[in-house]
This record gives sequence, C-alpha cells and structure tokens, in this order.
Amino acid sequence: MIKAILIFNNHGKPRLIRFYQYFAEDMQQQIIRETFHLVSKRDDNVCNFLEGGSLIGGSDYKLIYRHYATLYFVFCVDSSESELGILDLIQVFVETLDKCFENVCELDLIFHMDKVHYILQEVVMGGMVLETNMNEIVAQVELQNRMEKSEFVFISRM
Amino acid sequence: MALKIVKGSIDRMFDKNLQDLVRGIRNHKEDEAKYISTCIDEIKQELKQDNIAVKANAVCKLTYLQMLGYDVSWAAFNIVEVMSSSKFTYKRIGYLAASQCFHEGTDVIMLTTNQIRKDLSSPNQYDTGVALTGLSCFVTPDLARDLANDIMTLMSHTKPFIRKKAVLIMYKVFLKYPESLRPAFPRLKEKLEDPDPGVQSAAVNVICELARRNPKNYLSLAPLFFKLMTSSTNNWVLIKIIKLFGALTPLEPRLGKKLIEPLTNLIHSTSAMSLLYECVNTVIAVLISLSSGMPNHSASIQLCVQKLRILIEDSDQNLKYLGLLAMSKILKTHPKSVQSHKDLILQCLDDKDESIRLRALDLLYGMVSKKNLMEIVKKLMVHVDKAEGTTYRDELLTKIIDICSQSNYQYITNFEWYISILVELTRLEGTRHGHLIASQMLDVAIRVKAIRGFAVLQMATLLDNAHMLTGNTQRNGICEVLYAAAWICGEFSDHLEDPLQTLEAMLRPKVATLPGHIQAVYIQNAAKLFATVLRAQEGVPDSQKAQETSQLLIDRLPLFVQSANLEVQERASCVLQLVKYIQKLQQKEVAVAEEVSALFAGELNPVAPKAQKKVPIPEGLDLDAWINEPPSESESEDEKPRAVFSQEEPRHTRPRHTEVDEKELARRREARKQEQANNPFYIKASPSSQKVYPEVPGVEHIPVVQIDLSVPLKVPGMPMSDQYLKMEEERRQKEKEEKKKKEKKKKKEKRGRGRKHESGPESEEDITPAHTVDIVTEEMPENALPSDDDDKDPNDPHKALDIDLDNLVVGASRRPLADSEKLPVRTHRPTDILKSPVEGAELESVSQEPKKKSKKDKKEKKKDKERKKSKEEKKKKKHKQEGDDELEEASEEPVQAGENPVAAALPATAPAEGFNLDFWLSNVPVPSNKQEATVPVLPPALDAAQVSEPEEHKDMEPEETKFSKHKKKKQKKEKEDKKKKKRHHRHHSDEGGDESVQNGTVEEEEPLPPMSNYCLLAENSYIKMVYDIQGNLQDGSQVVVSVIFENKSTSFLKSMEFNVLDSLNSKLQRPDGAGPHDGLSVPFQLPPGVSNEARFVFSVQSIVMPQKLKGTLTFIVKSEESSTHEKLDFKLHFTCTSYLITTPCYSDAYAKLLESGDLKSSSVRLEGVSMSFHHLLARICFHHHFSVVERIDSCASLYSRSIQGHHVCLLVKTADQTVSIDAKCDEPSLLGNVLDEIKQTFSMC
Repeated sequence: MIKAILIFNNHGKPRLIRFYQYFAEDMQQQIIRETFHLVSKRDDNVCNFLEGGSLIGGSDYKLIYRHYATLYFVFCVDSSESELGILDLIQVFVETLDKCFENVCELDLIFHMDKVHYILQEVVMGGMVLETNMNEIVAQVELQNRMEKSEFVFISRM
Repeated sequence: MALKIVKGSIDRMFDKNLQDLVRGIRNHKEDEAKYISTCIDEIKQELKQDNIAVKANAVCKLTYLQMLGYDVSWAAFNIVEVMSSSKFTYKRIGYLAASQCFHEGTDVIMLTTNQIRKDLSSPNQYDTGVALTGLSCFVTPDLARDLANDIMTLMSHTKPFIRKKAVLIMYKVFLKYPESLRPAFPRLKEKLEDPDPGVQSAAVNVICELARRNPKNYLSLAPLFFKLMTSSTNNWVLIKIIKLFGALTPLEPRLGKKLIEPLTNLIHSTSAMSLLYECVNTVIAVLISLSSGMPNHSASIQLCVQKLRILIEDSDQNLKYLGLLAMSKILKTHPKSVQSHKDLILQCLDDKDESIRLRALDLLYGMVSKKNLMEIVKKLMVHVDKAEGTTYRDELLTKIIDICSQSNYQYITNFEWYISILVELTRLEGTRHGHLIASQMLDVAIRVKAIRGFAVLQMATLLDNAHMLTGNTQRNGICEVLYAAAWICGEFSDHLEDPLQTLEAMLRPKVATLPGHIQAVYIQNAAKLFATVLRAQEGVPDSQKAQETSQLLIDRLPLFVQSANLEVQERASCVLQLVKYIQKLQQKEVAVAEEVSALFAGELNPVAPKAQKKVPIPEGLDLDAWINEPPSESESEDEKPRAVFSQEEPRHTRPRHTEVDEKELARRREARKQEQANNPFYIKASPSSQKVYPEVPGVEHIPVVQIDLSVPLKVPGMPMSDQYLKMEEERRQKEKEEKKKKEKKKKKEKRGRGRKHESGPESEEDITPAHTVDIVTEEMPENALPSDDDDKDPNDPHKALDIDLDNLVVGASRRPLADSEKLPVRTHRPTDILKSPVEGAELESVSQEPKKKSKKDKKEKKKDKERKKSKEEKKKKKHKQEGDDELEEASEEPVQAGENPVAAALPATAPAEGFNLDFWLSNVPVPSNKQEATVPVLPPALDAAQVSEPEEHKDMEPEETKFSKHKKKKQKKEKEDKKKKKRHHRHHSDEGGDESVQNGTVEEEEPLPPMSNYCLLAENSYIKMVYDIQGNLQDGSQVVVSVIFENKSTSFLKSMEFNVLDSLNSKLQRPDGAGPHDGLSVPFQLPPGVSNEARFVFSVQSIVMPQKLKGTLTFIVKSEESSTHEKLDFKLHFTCTSYLITTPCYSDAYAKLLESGDLKSSSVRLEGVSMSFHHLLARICFHHHFSVVERIDSCASLYSRSIQGHHVCLLVKTADQTVSIDAKCDEPSLLGNVLDEIKQTFSMC
C-alpha cells in the first residue's frame, strides 16, 4: 500500500499532497515538514530509500523518493510495495506529467494542482497502483479533459 | 431563469479562479495568512451562491488551501453539492475535494450514499470512474456496506477502465466492511484471469494486499498465481505475485520447493532489476521456510548471494542498498554464505551514503562469531573515530554494543577486552548513549563474576579521570558512565587496589556538578567504600589513618547535604550522620569496621526485567480488593513513597536511625520540612517509610534460581582464545600500556590492602585468568508465567479480514454463503447472483453454530473435495503421460477439460481452476498418489500390514520405475486378497465420513484402519475395473461413478468404450448428439500395468431403491504382433447408500429435525459385532456417508442427507456385541434399504 504521495519543492513548499489514510490538516503539514527534513538533507547521489520517518504507519513504513530539478516526489509506502517498482512508478508518473503538460515544470504543478491530481488518480487509486502503462494513463486523462472541454462549450453556449 | 444563468456566468468572470488564487498567494509573500483569510471570506461568499459553477470554482480553491494546511471541513456540505452536479467537470472537482478532506468523522458523508450510487451506475464511464476514485479515499463502513453490491456489479462492467477501479476499491470495501469479503471473493478471483491486463493487475494487487495480512486463507490460490507467474509478462504483476509467494511460503514449504525453479529461471532471464530483486527476496523466503536441512538448495543460496553481490557492487546506490537489505535476510538462516562476503560489507561501511552504512551495520550484527568479533569491533572502533556525524557515530556505538551483547554475550571470549572497549567508548564526545554503555558495564560486572576485579580497576580509573567525562552533563550523556563506575567500585570494592584513592575521587567537589542521580549513587557508594577502607585500616596498628578517612568524609559530605537534589541531600545527610557517629566511636577506640561493613553485606543478583510481572498471583488473592477500608486520599499518598523505598533499597540494612544524633536528626528534619514545604504529604511519608524497613523481608526470601549457561564463557588464557586472539590482546595491551603502567604502580604500592577479603563467594573468584566463568542469569520468580509479549494489535483492521475463503475457492458448494452473509442490496427482490445453494436446516445450522465447529467442518469438506479433485487431476495427468512439465500441465488444464468429453459431461463439481492444492504441491508424486486410487479393492478386514501399505505409499515419492514395481506387487496382493475373500461387495468411498469421525468427537481413540469404498466392477485377464459411486452435491438427480481401469496385461489397451444399458430410472449422461445407446469413449489409453480413472455421470430419478445396471466395456488390445477387440460385461450396482452425501449437522438442528415429527422411524439390530464402537461408527460414516452429530459413550447420533434432500438420522447404540440402530427418515423405503445395506456391511466382518 502507498500511504501518501507528497510533492514539494526544494524549500519544502507542498505542491501536491495525497494521503491515503486520514490525517488532520496540521498533522499532514507536520508529516510534510518531517519528510522534507529527512529528504532534503540527502545528497543526490545517495540511495532513494529512507527509513525512519515516524509519523505514518509505524515501523512498516518507507520513504521512496526522486528528486527532479526543483521538486521532490516522495511516496510513503509499506513493505508490500517493491522499492524499485515504486521508483519506476514515480518515473512513469513524472513522464506522464511531462506528456500532459508538455515539458512539465514546477509552475505547471503550482497552477494546475487539480490537473496533477486528476493524472495521479489514474496512476494510483486508494493507495494501490492502478495503472503503470503511460500510454493508457495519458489516453484516459485526455479523454476526460476532452469531456470537460465539451461540457465547457456547452455551458458557455448557454 | 436564463437571465439568472447569464448573471451567474458574468459573476464568474469576476471571481478568482484557482490560478488567480495561487498567483495572489505568491504575490503576498509577506502577509500570506492575511491574504488567504480574505480569500476564504470570498470563497464563503461564492459558496452561498446558487450557481454551481461558482461553487465548483470555490471548492477547487478550497482544495488548494487544504494542501497548504487549512482546515476546510466547514465546506463539506458545499463539496457534496458540487459532487452532485450533473456536469462531469464539476463533479470531478467535488470528488477531488471530498477525497482530500473527507474522512470517517465527516458527518455529511452519509448524505452522499445515494449520489455515489447514482454516479456508480451512471452511463458515463467517467462519472463512474470519478466516483470510484473519490470513494476509494473516503469510504466509511456505512458506505462500504451500502455500496458493496453496486461496486461488485461494476467488477463485471464492460469497460476495463471501470473494472479495474472497481476491483481495486474492493480492497477498501473489505477493510471497512469485512462481511463483504466472502460474497465478493469468487468474482474477485475471476478477475485474476481478466482479459485486460490492467484489471488483472488490479485483482492481483488486491489479493496480494489481502493475503499479506492473512496469508493462510489464500494458500489455495497458489496454483492460480503460479500459473499467472509463469504466463504473465507484466513486471508489476510479477513483482506482486512474487512478493505474495514470499508471504505464502512460510506456511507451506512444499510451495517453496515448487517455486525455486521458476524463480531461479526468472533470476537468470530477467533484465528488470526490480523483478530480479523481488525474485531473490522470495527465493530467500523459500530457503528460510525450507529450513537449513536442504543441502541441494545450496546452489540457490549461492545464486542469490552472487546476484546480491552484483547488486551491492553496482554503482547505483539504490541497488546497493537493496542488496544489503536482502543480504540481511539471508544472514538469518545462512550466515555462512554471507560471511564470505564480509570484505564487501565492511567496504560498505565506508560508503558516503548513511543509509547504506546503516544497512551494512545491520549485516555485521549477524556476521560475528567468536572468532571474528574482535576483528570486526576493531574495525568499527576505527569508524567510530572517523565518523563525523553524531547520529551515525551513535548508531555505530549502539551497534558495537548490540553485536557484543547479543544472545547473552555469546561471542565474547574475553570480557576484559569487552570492558576495555566499553571504556574506550566513553571517550566519545557528545554521544547520547552514555546510559547504554553504563548499563553494559553494570550488566557485565554483575553477571560475569570473574571479570569483576578487572572491571573494578577500570572503573576506578574512570572515576579518577572523571573530569574527562563531566564536560557533557546532559541527560543520557557520557557522564552516565560514572553512575555505573561509581556503583561498580562501591559494590565490588573488595577488588579495589586503592579504595581510599577511589573514595577520594568520588568525593571531589567537581562531582557536585554531575546530574543528581549520579551524585546520589556516588554518595551511597562512597559509604560502601568507606566501609571497605575502614576494614583495611583497622587491621593496621596506626588508628590515625582510619580517623583521617572519617574526617575526609565529614569534610566533603556537607557539600552534598546542601545539594538541591532531594535524593543526594537525603543520602548525604544519612551518610554524614553515620560517619560522624563512627568517628565518635573511633575516638573511643572501638572497632567499628566489622559493623560498618555489615551494613553493605550480601550479594546482589540480577533480576530479569519482567520478573516482577511474572510472579504468579497466589490462589485466592484478589489484588483489586481492598484489604482495609479504602483510605482517604491523603493516606493513599502515603503509600507511594513507602513502596518506592522498599523496592529500591531492600537489601541494604540501613543505618539505624535511632542511633543517629537526635539533635542532628531534628535539624535535618527541619531542613527538609523547609525544602519541601510545598509538598506536605512528603513529610508524612518519610517517617512511615522508616518504620517499614525492619518489616521488609530481605532478598534472602526471594527464591534465587541460578541458571548456568550450557556454554561456559571463557576468560583469557583458555585454549579457546587462539593465536589470533592473543595477537589481538597484545595489540590492546600496547594500546593500554600507559593506563596499565599507572595501575601497576598503584598495585605495587598498595597490594595487600585492597585484597583483603572477608567472606562469601567473592573471595573464591579472586581472578585466576584461566577460570571458566558462568554468566549469572537474570533471576525469575519461581513458576513464572510463560511469556506473553507478542500480542497482536487488536486494532489492526486486517484482523477482521481473516476469513476462510477456501470453501469459496474450491467450489461454490462448500460452505455456501449464508443469507446473513449476502451483501445488502437495495432492491426488494432478491438478487440471484449470490443465491445460496443450501436451504433449510443446514443453512440454519451453519449460521447458528459457533465458528470453531464450522471450521472443522469446512476442513473435512475441503479434504473430501480435494480428494475428488485429485482424482480428476490424476486422470488428466495420466492422459498427458508422465514427464510432462507440471507447469505446462497447469496452464493447459482448462483447455483439456474442454476437450475431454467425459470431463465435459462431468458436473460442475470440478471447475477447472479448482486445483487440489495438496496435489498441486506434491512435486513428482503423480504416480504415487494415483497408486492409492489404483489399489482400491481393500476390504476393511484385511490384515493390518497389507492394509497399511497403500497409506505408506502416499507419503513416498517413488520414481517412475519404482512406481511400476509397486504396481505389480500390488496386483499380486490384490489377487491373493481376492482368493481369500471373494465376498467383498461394495465399499463406498467417502473419506470425508472418516474424517468427520476423526475430527469430531472421537479423535482420542485409536487410529482407524484405512478403508476404501472402491469395489470390483468386473475383471478379466486384460483389464480390471473398480468403481465407486458418489452423489452429486449440486444436482439432486445425478450421481458420479468413478471407475478405475487397470491394465493387467502386457499389451496396450486403447479405444475403450464404456456403455450402459439405461433403465427407466437411471441413465448414463451422454454428450449432446449421442444416441441413447452409444457408448462413451474412455478418454485415455492404458499402457501395460498402468491404471487410470474416468468418471461417468448418471442421472437418476428415484433414489429410494437400489438398482443394478448392466453394461459393457469394449476395448482393443494391442500387442506387438496383433490387436484384438475385447469386451467385458459388468453390473453397476447403485446402492441407496450411494445416494447419500456426507453432510454435517449440528446437534441443535438435528434435535429440531427429530422433533419435527415428519420422519418415519425404523430400526435394526446387529448381533455379534465385536469391533469397537469407535470403529463401528467410523465404518458407518465411511461406507455409508454419515457424519457423527454427537457421541456420548457408546451411543451416537449420525446424520446424512440424500442427493434429493431426504434427511437420514441414525441413533446407534452398542452393548455386549449387539448394536442397535434406530433410524428416522422422511422416506421409509430409502431408510429400509440403507439399513439393509448397513447390516450387510457388518455381516461381512
């Protein structure tokens, strides 16, 4: 199970948070802070797995993260997930973002948090991996966007 | 209306959208909070408007603010409004917001049920998808219960997009509403074979999650997963499955054996590191489960270790990390294989990545042995010096201590070395683990008696150089070590060479800067030292010295009497008064040393940490009951300090307070009164605690259990310490030369003084280095209760999902879903998807009975089922010829079933996927299993040796050649049997009946002889047929005849055709299009000496009468030179018993049945039955398909049911070789016939 997905920038500003387990808002922020603290002090050439976060899930809990330019993508998972598998998944997710936003950068995430959520929803659902095939993900996202557009035309015509 | 919409749109143009909000926040960096609060006000206004677009926009902005940490739950109702919009765009916004901020406590969730249901059934797949996604995040038990059925329907949606989401969300539903697991499971299982890879992967995902928590319930899915594993190319799915297998293997070692090969292949073939890694991991799990007694798996271990080495050597830090992680798993069971890579692991200790260093440290823990411990620790000490970060250094420190102290200091051969390591560790600055070192020092000094002398000397040095350690006085800092040092020096002061110097060191003014608890120990132990010093000094004629010592204390102690710390103050004043008194006596030239040391006499034994908890409560003692009237609150305060004191200090006989100078005492009390003016209760407490002391029984009364270690530990000098060790010692010797020199000086000066022993055990262990020492084991109270630590977390949500699913898996008819288990459906008419196939009394009984019983029952049934399955399986196996790869077999199974006309004609009892797990798991033994079935004509009364034989074969795994040998032997035996006893008729096989007896009431009795129900159908020189008839559970008009064909000739038998002349009542079921007189071709050929089983389905109308059907088997005998056409006639005897099905029944349902009055009764008496009642019952159960309902002494009630639902109840009583059976049944003629058949069974033996 994936317990949480956090995206924040090099300064710890959250860009997307997705908890699959309920935490109150202040706790969520605390988890983000703690995670940022753990992740940010690591060099880029060390391994991408981290144990020792204490806030979610107790001992069966691992942080798997990737650092892209200004953003950290952190997945908090338990032992049922394959570490390398999740790393691949982060890559898939980021590549999907790249395709959907055309050369994604932090600003895209800042201004289109909702769209990033919609894309993420096609990758992970309720803490479980839904789809790993990028083409399939992109196709579904686009179909839904198209639907939204068609509705918009409809609305504005009214 | 139109105007309103237009107006709304215009309004909207002026609203801030999400982008504006974000931009605004970015532009107000200084007063972000203020800006956001104005935005929230705006949002509140927007939410008040009717326009859904405005609302949606507001909700979208709220979602963003939620991310920033703002609580937006106040808008929950508006979110629900937006969710219920008909527009996908808005709906999506609403569901997103809900998924971010709804949780179980959100009360508006209950308003959403109908909306979600509507969305789930929306014609637009994206509406459904959005609802599923949202629901997955905020599903509550109520939602799960109400929507489970809707979601289940979606699992069969036409669009894979929906199917996969519906499958995934089921996991969440199960978690919240465990009752849904059983009804939904069959469909979930179906999805494992969904044509869409996404859906398949989702199903694998869900089952893996479920199985991870309760693996045993999913063991029966192993064959299916195995098939998936060998056929799937999706790495995600493979990883999940392989991980799942890792969880399953510990439960079923045979599974592991089967897995090794395909996993090894995958390891060799895959290029995906993630997959490779998981494979290695699972192979490791398999190897662990197979235990170490498997020499032939050393190749697999080697492979794993090799691959892991490659990972560790990789430049990718991630692989390195995982490699080390997996290594540590191998380490647990195969430490040797890992130990050879020690170099690599030590190298990782130098890695720049801390995570990797920590992993490497973990590995070291398991790699030490007596031999290499010193070497490894030495390396670690080097790292300690080099380490820059305190965290890593602390980690190293704890690891060193862990490594050394593991399994009761198992690997330490030289405790002097260990003590010096601990002393060296005290030089670490800024560590937080001072207490750890301290407790190690204490532990070693107390438990290893032989080391005390050395330890005391080291500690004395530490105390002398205390200024080195006192720089850091924070809690748990390194100064904690002084606590241990002071205590050890005080307690074992006999070993001190110069107690006076140590005493002096302990009373330095600098000590007053230490933390209070350490000062307290200093003072207490200074008193002990004082006693020792006095003893030494009194022997000397110059009494001046002793008085000087007293004076020293009197000079120094007042500093501590003024301490702010209560404990220090109290102890200091006590000791001070004592010393003053002693000084008075000394001035009178009274010898006091003896008495003073008596204050501290006696030895401390270590007490296990849990000892207190484990003291069993004496019978009749209720600890919760008040002994006296409950005291007032102030009195109860009194109790506390008393308890504390008597626990802490029970062994030291305290200085008698009455002897203390009254004036001084009064002064002290006064001082304390002032100190503790704030706590009036405390003052009350101390006198009462003083009173208690004399009454407290000493430790002598506590039973001391000294358990000696079986492996004695050696102190240096023993042959154990080999050359390497000596070298090591020499090295250390050099290192510590300076220290030693100092000590030696002291030794020269003061030898003889400190070495004076008074009494007791300590004098014996004046350390002669070549002494074998035992570690004193911690004390436990007598009859300590067994350990009770590993209680599972009762709050684990997965506990509720521990539901037995096997019955569902194996076949729909096992434990059917009771009415109560069906998912709630909103519609008024009952859904038929979940219809329970069992009605009436049985259903009632299933749901009423306690779970335990029904489990047992399930087990029986399962076994029964499995047996049937295995027969099927065998048949197919045979058909395929041995030697075929089992994998192929498994994957082609369903296809075969389709091709095979007989199998096609079979009832649905054996769905293709329902592999028999036991069968599937047994590696080679296809033939061996088969043998059991091929040697069926074993009349119950055969002598034991012969009878037991087939059972034995079951356990063996004969190779092909062996198998055929057995075969021949068997045949001979059978022939002999037949000559001896030609009378055997029908013995029906339903071992379920047998099981039920064994599992049921009579399991304590002697084992039953094996029984078989197969009886001879016909035989000639070419072929022999034995058969068994069983009712079909699912179809009340069908029975299945299993016929085993055995080739007795040396020729090949082929083109076998089985035909029966149908009667009005019974008909052979032929495939569609076949004429009523056509034979059925037997779906296999028989090589010489081989047997195989085929099943034929008959439909019957009336089952109340037994009947016989004539039939013929035609076949071609093909030998090398010729082939001939042969035929064999036979008579199939359908007994009434064969229409009965072993059906468990519970006593209450049984009683109801008997009371109902619908049953006709009949009875029969059997004379001269000499077998035990236990056997008798087993026989009835086994041969006549009954199950025992209840048994009381020599009386038992049995139950069975016919395929058409007739209840048959028996009451069997026995007395003096006479058995009377009273029977009741709703069909008298059926009952009569069954009783006749039972009679016949017993007349034969």
